[in-house]
Amino acid sequence: MIGCWSNAVSIGSVVIAGADLQRESFWLPPPASSTAPAVDSAFLLLLGISTFFFALIVLLGLWFAIRYRRRPETGPLPSPSHNTALEVLWLVIPLGIVGVIFYHGFSGYLQLRTIPRQAYEIEVVARKWSWLFSYPNGHKDENLHVPVDKPVRLVMRSEDVIHGLFIPAMRVQMDVVPGRYTRAWFRATKPGEYNLWCSQYCGTKHFDMRALVIVHRPGEFETWLADAAKARETLSPVERGRELYRINGCWSCHSIDGTAGTGPTFKGLFGREVQFQDGTSSVVDENYIRQSILDPQAKVVRGYQPVMNTYRGILSDEEISALIAFIKSLQ
Amino acid sequence: MTESLPINYLTYPRGLRCWLLTLDHKRIGVMYLVSVAAALVLGLLFALLMRTELIAPGRTIMGEDTYNRVFTVHGAVMIFLVVIPGIPAVLGNFFLPLMLGAKDVAFPRLNLASLYLWWIGALFLLLTLAFGGLDTGWTFYTPYSTSTNTNVLAAVTGVFILGFSSIFTALNFIVSIHTLRPPGMTWRRMPLFLWGLYATGLIQVLATPVLGITLLLLAIERILGLGIFDSTLGGDPVLFQHFFWFYAHPAVYIVILPGMGIISEVIPVFSRKPIFGYRFIAYSSVAIALIGFLVWGHHMFVAGQSVLASTIFSALTFLVAIPSAVKVFNWLATMYKGSIELAAPMIYALIFLFLFGIGGLTGLFLGTLSVNVPLHNTHFVVAHFHYVIIGGAVIAFLAGLHYWWPKMFGRMYNQTWARISALLIFVAFNMTFFPLFIMGARGLVRRYYDYSAFLGTNPEFTLYNQLATIGGYLLVTGLVSMATCLISSLWTGRPAPANPWNAPGLEWQCSSPPPPENPPPPAQVGDPYDFSQLAVPATL
Amino acid sequence: MSNADHHLVAGAEGHQPSLAHHFSSHRQQYEAGKLGMWLFLLTEVLLFGGLFCAYAVFRANRPEIFIWAHQFLDKQLGALNTAVLITSSFTMALAVRCAQWDQRRLSAFFLTLTLVCACVFLGVKYVEYKHKWEEGLLWVRQFQPAEAAASLDESGTSDQQPRHAGIFFSIYFAMTGLHAVHVLAGMGAIGWVLVRTLRGHFNRQYFGPVDYVGLYWHLVDLIWIYLFPLFYLIH
Repeated sequence: MIGCWSNAVSIGSVVIAGADLQRESFWLPPPASSTAPAVDSAFLLLLGISTFFFALIVLLGLWFAIRYRRRPETGPLPSPSHNTALEVLWLVIPLGIVGVIFYHGFSGYLQLRTIPRQAYEIEVVARKWSWLFSYPNGHKDENLHVPVDKPVRLVMRSEDVIHGLFIPAMRVQMDVVPGRYTRAWFRATKPGEYNLWCSQYCGTKHFDMRALVIVHRPGEFETWLADAAKARETLSPVERGRELYRINGCWSCHSIDGTAGTGPTFKGLFGREVQFQDGTSSVVDENYIRQSILDPQAKVVRGYQPVMNTYRGILSDEEISALIAFIKSLQ
Repeated sequence: MTESLPINYLTYPRGLRCWLLTLDHKRIGVMYLVSVAAALVLGLLFALLMRTELIAPGRTIMGEDTYNRVFTVHGAVMIFLVVIPGIPAVLGNFFLPLMLGAKDVAFPRLNLASLYLWWIGALFLLLTLAFGGLDTGWTFYTPYSTSTNTNVLAAVTGVFILGFSSIFTALNFIVSIHTLRPPGMTWRRMPLFLWGLYATGLIQVLATPVLGITLLLLAIERILGLGIFDSTLGGDPVLFQHFFWFYAHPAVYIVILPGMGIISEVIPVFSRKPIFGYRFIAYSSVAIALIGFLVWGHHMFVAGQSVLASTIFSALTFLVAIPSAVKVFNWLATMYKGSIELAAPMIYALIFLFLFGIGGLTGLFLGTLSVNVPLHNTHFVVAHFHYVIIGGAVIAFLAGLHYWWPKMFGRMYNQTWARISALLIFVAFNMTFFPLFIMGARGLVRRYYDYSAFLGTNPEFTLYNQLATIGGYLLVTGLVSMATCLISSLWTGRPAPANPWNAPGLEWQCSSPPPPENPPPPAQVGDPYDFSQLAVPATL
Repeated sequence: MSNADHHLVAGAEGHQPSLAHHFSSHRQQYEAGKLGMWLFLLTEVLLFGGLFCAYAVFRANRPEIFIWAHQFLDKQLGALNTAVLITSSFTMALAVRCAQWDQRRLSAFFLTLTLVCACVFLGVKYVEYKHKWEEGLLWVRQFQPAEAAASLDESGTSDQQPRHAGIFFSIYFAMTGLHAVHVLAGMGAIGWVLVRTLRGHFNRQYFGPVDYVGLYWHLVDLIWIYLFPLFYLIH
């Protein structure tokens, strides 16, 4: 009975929204995950109910204001100042309606939060202001590659402040909190590229902390993953450094084309003499770069804020050497 | 401006010193009005800066760090300095004793102290602006707030002090309502505005101390490294969110409940009918206040909270929607078969129904567990709470200000001008905030400095943002027009009679403006919504 | 009491310096003050409530920290302070009683005794804090308990120091510190009513301030009565 009513309302909403569930809608972005339809149908149900009640309130208000406008010859018409039965009625009816809405929201939410056991696991690290996705074979990437039609579990942690992983097309959003793991999952239903945003305010480049979700066609994901892992093994130190620069999010603060960012640009950095905040200065060499990666607050270049986090325990000595080689190459 | 009038609270006693040391609730109310209006101007300035930056994608007038400071200060000023004290401290202070039939609030010195604390708190927020700014967002989430280099300490000190200001006002109101009611002023004869203030006071007294301790811990965390909110030291950053929203969600009801009280005063007077279902409206205020304490977790549906906790918070959130719906239906029923005069206060009341309707109904979207997930932290949320806070509380405040202005300052303002300003505010407000619903639903995250990256899939965002920015400027124009209309009435308006709307409330029985000493309570307190003995005024 | 009483009494009393102009009777004034004080105490309970919540959360999540760390607190000193505060509440109650009966000297005497108890409490607190300071048993960031922990390990009364053990002392210092600030504020308030008592401001009709300060002092006492077992007497 309830379901029947809510279906009817949903259909009404579809008319209001001028779209149906599968196609481009005026409101939510086109759905691309298996859980999206449950979210979208609840959304449309709500749209229908609230449009109805909004219209009711506004039309009644306007109608009364016109119909019962003040006229010199007549005062107010006799009418009761309360009616308990009526008031109980308009207390109980909304209660029933919100009950239905709650149930729809709850059942959809259970789908969003119940992670299938056989899901493919990808580890997510968020930090100011980039994402890092690690795959079971050890490959790391700054974009989220997933196979189509396969549930994917994201196990997420933050290295600094709270971030939020938000993929509108998948109807996925979950905070990424330092000091604990949070999880999210989705099963992509359409190959293609989608945006992934940081939804929890995290400072300067919050708006720029995004990644792509690349949904591969059947079979292509495995090929991509194998190739990506193999490519890493055959890289020269400079290319390896470039790769690390990309996946560790160095680029979100340090440009390689000379433009100023949150941190100094890497272009022409090596061998240059830089001034520090404490007034001292020194020439940028291997040791200074190494120190700045492991203990970034020790010597901060004048004109920049001490906002970088340490990469101690994140980058190995070999990786730091590769980064130094990469920075050297940017002359 | 008031020379020609008989002695009143504005003119006697004279002198700045007498104003600054006054214990008269009316003068304190007026000083609050001026102070809150000044803070509103500051908040609007930052809003316009923000909207100007967003008129085009990419950098327009400021960098991302500046933008982050601008939206933070906009939020902190508007929430803590404007909308939370707004109605209670200005209109509540002025009218609670008059409507109750009391000579003053129970603790006049505490009342003055609350104003001074507001000033000191505001000063600290200004100091924050001058020294380092603040870029945490008004929510101060840890660990961002414990690690940023901006001046969190000054801001937190300011908000802590403002909390005391808020508690003192609320404590005064609750005690006044309990102990200063004259004989015959029973609970059931109390005007609904006072019920609203009473329920608000309960929240302020119960919730604000939790904000106090939270901010105290945040400050100590920054100074000493207490570690309670710091995961690297064994603490829990999400605990901060629980503490914060335990205050900040009920704070929304601090903002809206007195506004609902004002609407419950205005609609009967301009419909010439007793309020429909007095008891339901009165008790629903208290119900909102109490249930409002149990819903804070709906701000944390995507914060990693357990499914069970989210489910309970969602259910309770729907429950708190019911009393608001009841009020709306009761207001409509009050208008039914009335004799409705569309004077400026009534226009604002109708605007309130429209905007609060949208604000409340979109709240259902956010309270629904599954729908919350794609809408959380997006512009949809921004639009929702602006519809509730501006569309609800600020519009209700303007309704109240236009309703009581003749009593407060003894002058009638130009009705046509006031109505046109109201309509401009209405149109501009929708133009500013409705596009935010659409962009939010389509995924635009809040607190984003730039939306260029969205234009690939949503090229229409530029247009929506242009609409919103132009709407913002029009909204400020509307507010300036409204304020000019009211202020110019002080010089050009005709003197207001004691009871220009022929309203039955006690506050209309003294002269306009009221004398320095409130009149003694009447021997017989009548029904505050009994229009049978009052003539219907001619149309304005 | 019905509201009508207020006005009957008001007529009889007329205007007195101790009756504020906006009240119609001493009784109304007293009751307003009392309700105001209760509401203020409610805000105090909620202020501490936040910290009690934090305590509950951390104790539930990391019980081993609490079991380990509480051994560094001196039960005897804690018990002594509890006794001192309970005594001070008793003398405060007597002071209020005397004020109501217009026994100014006796009231002043008991207020002074209460102040003395408060000083003793803070003195003991100082000894405890000093000890912690010297042992490095401080809040998380300053937590360096090397020697104390080692000595405890040798005597075999303790397990290994748990990770993040300093969080116990963070909460300990936050709660007892906030409580100590309240004791100081209470001493200020008691001093204020003591001076007013000596100047003869209070009488049978007007003794509200002594009563309100008394209520506040009992709350401060009550909070300590919760703090003592929660920190010192953990099993």
